[in-house]
Amino acid sequence: MKPKVAFFDFAGCEGDQLQIANLEEDLLEVLKLVDIVSFREVMKEHSDDYDIAFIEGSITRESDEARLKKIRENAKVLVAIGACATIGGINCLKNLQSMDEVKKIVYGDKADWFETYPARPVDAVVPVDYYVHGCPIDKGEFVKVLKALLLGVKPDIPNYPVCVECKKNENVCVFEKGMFCLGPVTRAGCSSRCVNNGSICWGCRGLVDDPNINAEKEVLEKYGLSVDDALKMLRLYDTYSEVVK
Amino acid sequence: MSKANVSINVEHLTRVEGHGNIVVDVKDGEVKKCLWEVTEAPRFFEAMVRGRRWDELHHITARICGICSIGHTFASLKATEKALDVQVTEQTVKLRKLLLHMENLQSHILHVGYLVVPDLFGVGSVIPLASSHPDEVLTVVRVHRLSNEVCDIVGGRTTHPIRCTVGGWTMWPTVKELQYLKKRFLEGVEDLKALAGVVKSVAGKIPPFERETEYIGLVSDEEYALYDGDIGSTDAGRFPVEEYLDVTNEFIVRHSTAKHAKNKRDAYMVGALARFNLNHKQLTPLAKEVAEMLGLKAICTNPYMISVAQVVECVHSVEDSIRLTDELLADGIKDEKPSKVEVKAGRGIASDDVPRGILFHDYEYDKDGLCVAANGVIPTNQNHENIQKDLEALVPSILDKDEKEIELFCEMLVRAYDPCISCSAHAVKVKLNIR
Repeated sequence: MKPKVAFFDFAGCEGDQLQIANLEEDLLEVLKLVDIVSFREVMKEHSDDYDIAFIEGSITRESDEARLKKIRENAKVLVAIGACATIGGINCLKNLQSMDEVKKIVYGDKADWFETYPARPVDAVVPVDYYVHGCPIDKGEFVKVLKALLLGVKPDIPNYPVCVECKKNENVCVFEKGMFCLGPVTRAGCSSRCVNNGSICWGCRGLVDDPNINAEKEVLEKYGLSVDDALKMLRLYDTYSEVVK
Repeated sequence: MSKANVSINVEHLTRVEGHGNIVVDVKDGEVKKCLWEVTEAPRFFEAMVRGRRWDELHHITARICGICSIGHTFASLKATEKALDVQVTEQTVKLRKLLLHMENLQSHILHVGYLVVPDLFGVGSVIPLASSHPDEVLTVVRVHRLSNEVCDIVGGRTTHPIRCTVGGWTMWPTVKELQYLKKRFLEGVEDLKALAGVVKSVAGKIPPFERETEYIGLVSDEEYALYDGDIGSTDAGRFPVEEYLDVTNEFIVRHSTAKHAKNKRDAYMVGALARFNLNHKQLTPLAKEVAEMLGLKAICTNPYMISVAQVVECVHSVEDSIRLTDELLADGIKDEKPSKVEVKAGRGIASDDVPRGILFHDYEYDKDGLCVAANGVIPTNQNHENIQKDLEALVPSILDKDEKEIELFCEMLVRAYDPCISCSAHAVKVKLNIR
């Protein structure tokens, strides 16, 4: 019997589910291997009977926790997809201000009508089995993780920094160009896509498990940058992380 | 069935982006409740960007929406460029217009091909259509892939483009890539002609429903406005983008985490049909032909026809992309570093017209280039009140139908607007109680 797969989303832009729709012809191949039983964005049918649940988005309201916990109960395997779900992502930028202030900025004197609490990644609420990192996720990496799950093996997610991939891609170092980059501490797996395209590493895949903070400090010193600069940049995606706090 | 009591409760409407509910309650033939509710978790972008630097804002605000990330990127870049007095080159503008066309194509084809067409074929999703109508589905997939390929090549990624930056681009497509894209656009035109034929074959299933409203979108003397222009209204004429607050008049309702908007009437519409009603004379020749073939005429007041306007715009976007590519090739692609930025305090208000409608970004920076205030008015927010007024007009007119059909018509109505609920709460869910 084909494994049953479900997709769910919380606070986010749904750009990760879009990457799955963007698999195009490959999506038709995926459909031969799994039964998609719930995917609100593209289908009307819904079932609570599934093996693998993919979760996109951050948790930003207490009332969303019950829904997430129910999904965790139903699923044998739970996978967080995209930065909002894996590390909290840009939603956590609001955590730097008080929630009352945040609500007032957007809803003014109607602030009390709406509920919000500091944004958090999925694993702050329920245990997560696997992660597909990135903002947005890379559709190739999603297929790789899905294949591993179907074969019953642990997906191989890199635990070395983006710099490793960037060097292999023979890019000129972003720091050499006089710009700031989070490549030295950010988890690889994106093939340094942003730097390949003339930009910088924004840190969307989160920190590697054991970031070499000393090496990062050396790089910062060499180029006359401060730890505060680095922390401010890291907060773009990783405000929730203990290291950044 | 008895027409006296209908109860429909569609919680978390499917095949839309985000969480929204339709609640309809009819008792003894009288509509007691008829509500379009948005329950998406609000995200507070206006608060998130405070204190962030001028060269980060487009990166953050692109993430309001995965589907419209390109449109948000350009509204954001243009707002920052206005605030900091940064000029951009003609090549930059042409490449931006090309990328915006491809987002329009990508979003519309996803909406019509994957989300709307299943209703017209009477199935729950595109998945069964892959077996029953494989050729048609593969044509949709090919057009979708075309848009994604272009976004990859020009923007560096299909979603959340990488190469767009304040003052220009970090990289440019090569001549060889542009030549390849031109070939792909020409193939795309043929696929779109075939799809227009498929839409015509099921067009009889589009519900006949008319409600007059105000239509608002960007207008320009130069072209069918998407990238730039003034605010245009079918009721009130033309206004500079800087006056957006006087046109949008956002307000907050308790049943929706997304804001609502109104201008001259109790509601207005933005998006493909609004743009068609305002700017149809500026469509490319083939897009005009397809509009005529599908029976779309300005001023069209049937909201279900939004999907048809989207098909017409798909053709327009591909045809106009051929023109832009030809011009870029004729001019020769130049290595243009982004314009130099001198940081200063200032405010910038900018707009572009993205797949779901006109979009505004408004930023204020301090002397260090840090954002001190931001506002975004998103297309779906501007449509929420119009969806509400449409539902209020639609439900009493279809009470002779059975409950399932009433529910379907209500769902199809909301879906026609292609609501982007993540955007609008920067926040949709559906609850239909026809009792």
